[in-house]
Amino acid sequence: MPEAILSIQNLEKSFGALRATQSVSVDLVPGEIHVLIGPNGAGKSTLIAQIAGTLLPDSGEIWLDGKNITRLSVAERARRGLGRSFQVSSLAEDLSVKRNVMIAVQALQGSSFRFWTPVHSDPSLVGPALEALTRMGLDARADTPVAELSHGERRQVEVACALALKPIALLLDEPMAGLGPEGTAKLTLLLEKLKHDVPILLIEHDMDAVFRLADRISVLVAGEVVAHGDSDAIRNNPQVREAYLGDDRCSA
Amino acid sequence: MTLSLILEQLLNGIQLGTMLFLMASGLTLVFGVMGLINLAHGSFYMTGAFVTAWVAGATGSFWLGLASGALAAAATGAIVEVLVVRRLYRRDHLDQVLATFALILIFSEGTRWLYGSSPLWLNVPESLTGSVTLPGGVSYSIYRLAIILMGVVVAVGLYLMISKTRLGMRIRAGENDREMIGALGVDISTLYTLIFALGAGLAGLAGATIGALQTVQVGMGEPVLILAFVVIVIGGIGSIKGALIGSLLVGVVDTLGRILLPDFFKLFMDASDAAGVGAALASMLIYLLMAIILAFKPHGLFAAND
Amino acid sequence: MTSLDSTQQSRAKSRPLPAFTREQWVSLILLAGLALAASVAHFAGEPYFVDLASRIAIIALAGVGLNLALGFGGLVSFGHAAFFGLGGYTVSVGAFHAFNMTPILGIDFLPAGSDQMVPLWITAMSVCGVVAWLIGRISLGTSGVYFIMITLAFAQMIYYFAVSWPAYGGEDGLPIYIRNQFYGLDTTNSLVFFGLSFALLLLALGFCQRIMAARFGAALTMARLNPVRLATAGVEPRPIKQVAFVISGMITGLAGALYADLNGFVGPSMLSWHQSGEIMVIVILGGVGRLCGPLAGAILIVLMETFLGGLTEHWQFFLGLIILMVVLFAPGGVMGLLAGRARHA
Repeated sequence: MPEAILSIQNLEKSFGALRATQSVSVDLVPGEIHVLIGPNGAGKSTLIAQIAGTLLPDSGEIWLDGKNITRLSVAERARRGLGRSFQVSSLAEDLSVKRNVMIAVQALQGSSFRFWTPVHSDPSLVGPALEALTRMGLDARADTPVAELSHGERRQVEVACALALKPIALLLDEPMAGLGPEGTAKLTLLLEKLKHDVPILLIEHDMDAVFRLADRISVLVAGEVVAHGDSDAIRNNPQVREAYLGDDRCSA
Repeated sequence: MTLSLILEQLLNGIQLGTMLFLMASGLTLVFGVMGLINLAHGSFYMTGAFVTAWVAGATGSFWLGLASGALAAAATGAIVEVLVVRRLYRRDHLDQVLATFALILIFSEGTRWLYGSSPLWLNVPESLTGSVTLPGGVSYSIYRLAIILMGVVVAVGLYLMISKTRLGMRIRAGENDREMIGALGVDISTLYTLIFALGAGLAGLAGATIGALQTVQVGMGEPVLILAFVVIVIGGIGSIKGALIGSLLVGVVDTLGRILLPDFFKLFMDASDAAGVGAALASMLIYLLMAIILAFKPHGLFAAND
Repeated sequence: MTSLDSTQQSRAKSRPLPAFTREQWVSLILLAGLALAASVAHFAGEPYFVDLASRIAIIALAGVGLNLALGFGGLVSFGHAAFFGLGGYTVSVGAFHAFNMTPILGIDFLPAGSDQMVPLWITAMSVCGVVAWLIGRISLGTSGVYFIMITLAFAQMIYYFAVSWPAYGGEDGLPIYIRNQFYGLDTTNSLVFFGLSFALLLLALGFCQRIMAARFGAALTMARLNPVRLATAGVEPRPIKQVAFVISGMITGLAGALYADLNGFVGPSMLSWHQSGEIMVIVILGGVGRLCGPLAGAILIVLMETFLGGLTEHWQFFLGLIILMVVLFAPGGVMGLLAGRARHA
């Protein structure tokens, strides 16, 4: 197996008596989509928050590209190549699609403490932003305010923002949430192409998409990874079927 | 500097803390339950003082004045809540600050309009004049002791109300979950009006009692209001316990600082310089205290929603 | 660019001078109107009204400073009087020592003040910059109400310091006996002083527009709208806010410096929380986050103060009512009414 780009090792996090993350180890290798699934309350959000850097783990380590990033800030992780999208769309509604993506390019291009050159005429910002949008098939919507986008388009912009960072690993938190079948199919296609450039750690509920996209699946139950393997192995794992797929919401 | 002087100042500090608690508990309750930041809280304090001084002057009865002052403040609070404040709960803090700032202008100028510019006076009731000798040989004003006692009664009362009564249960529910009490069928707008009026009434009570120690004039609520804000920021916004501890902390630190700092600087400065530096530093002391506390605990000592 | 670009896009890109938006027209009219009013008043022999125009320009400048933090950065500072007052005190103290030929703060190796505006302005802005940096360091760790309260508390701290520090007038304040000098100009001439104030207002407006269009502005906007998104994009929000707060304090400090010279006096009231509230009212009445909002707000407030104040001594009562009505029923402020909803590129 190739060297892992992103490696989470023995992560622990408790809130009082609740052990939200119990010695979780997950990794991500080049070219793959690694999907994290688990029922509600399994601790997926807590885990994501720790990987993204908004929550500090009690113990354990997170490595990105051979460097320990456990104690780095959110922004520092982003600069080192960890791209992420949010479960709830967190775009700036009043700004255009392009401006939302340009912010990510801005960090990549160096300091934000530049006070003189207008950004709208800065080709080093506009160019890469449009490129990221083109990859998500959104170039025609570049100047539209986010507020006017459809739900599916917002999801795509979220991914484009993450892509604009030129990340070496992508963390996508339920990108399909709230999408119709058509939107899901479209995004699935995009992600399938994308994984060859950037490996993706994907949190997803839509089981069709999960089984179609996943190279590997880890199942999180009550803060613990209870099973790990490829789609077939997970589909047929009795423990998983009982703990998770038996849940009728996900009868895929 | 004698021990009895320090003891006396300590009591003065606690008495100031009591006043601050009456103000701060209302502020913190309104913020904790309704999410409203109310700059006009000092106006209720002023209302309490003016009505008390006016009624006591007209009837000759301090106690009648006190009761009318607190009730008038509560009633004013209820009216303000219904007319203005309830439109602000869902607005951002900026709008709340600006609207309640406008209320201050209206109240201050309105009071000046009604009562004129010259200050009113209020005498300590006869039954509470004079002083007692406390154990340790300190002679202390009965009226100030009564204020401290009143603070204890209010603190206990608030504690009992919030932890034991149905209203308190609703208040606690409101802090945790607006939708939930909606689902429980509690009439939220009445509950909010009640809480706001309660806070206003406590502020009015504070203003009414302080009227016998200071002149009653327009703008008297503002220094106390700002101290009360310092209190709730230190204590943690939304926490009654934080308000209590913050009040006592601020009251005592402020009072003792004013007495002790000039003496402290006299140790290595000449007297007039020491008085100046000491006074200047003393007046900044509680703000320094707040800055230090917030630098380490950005949500105060007893953050309610951390 | 390829020919596939939408027409809108290519039009926006190829046109060298884009048409003025409605907001820009309104701003232009307000600025021109102010300058015109001051000139007319001057030649009609009404220095009182020229000074009124200077007052508008100066408190608008204070508002432009606050607007950078509050409007563009979302930092609801309730303590900008600290910078306004410090700017004023710097000028006043400098002039005081120049007048008495004593060293600043009574410390022997410091220079004996100055009666020149430019060095006084630079000093005022530096003092405010340092103080804003310190206040920002502590305050920006908090957010929401805590930020509002802690900025208020810091301003109060400086206010009480000024009140109880006897060397510079304490409670009584400090007069400036002779208006400070600006190179060869006759600064005692009302129109000249208005010209200086107005020029600085224009400079500040141009500066704000420029930095808001640049990368810094893009980051600050995102820090306001969604700090988590900004961090996820690899930019730490806090240093961005810190710098905005410092620049904001410096601009408001410059306004304070001018205000001291306009009035020939500095008192603790310039540091009071009422002053903070007034600057805030100007910004919000004018329209939060609109470049010329503070100017609209300042015009409105000074005119109301002057004309309402001429009608009734209880004008503040009505001012309060008007502010209340604006907050409740016209949340976009004056610029919102005149120029419609805010637009972003």
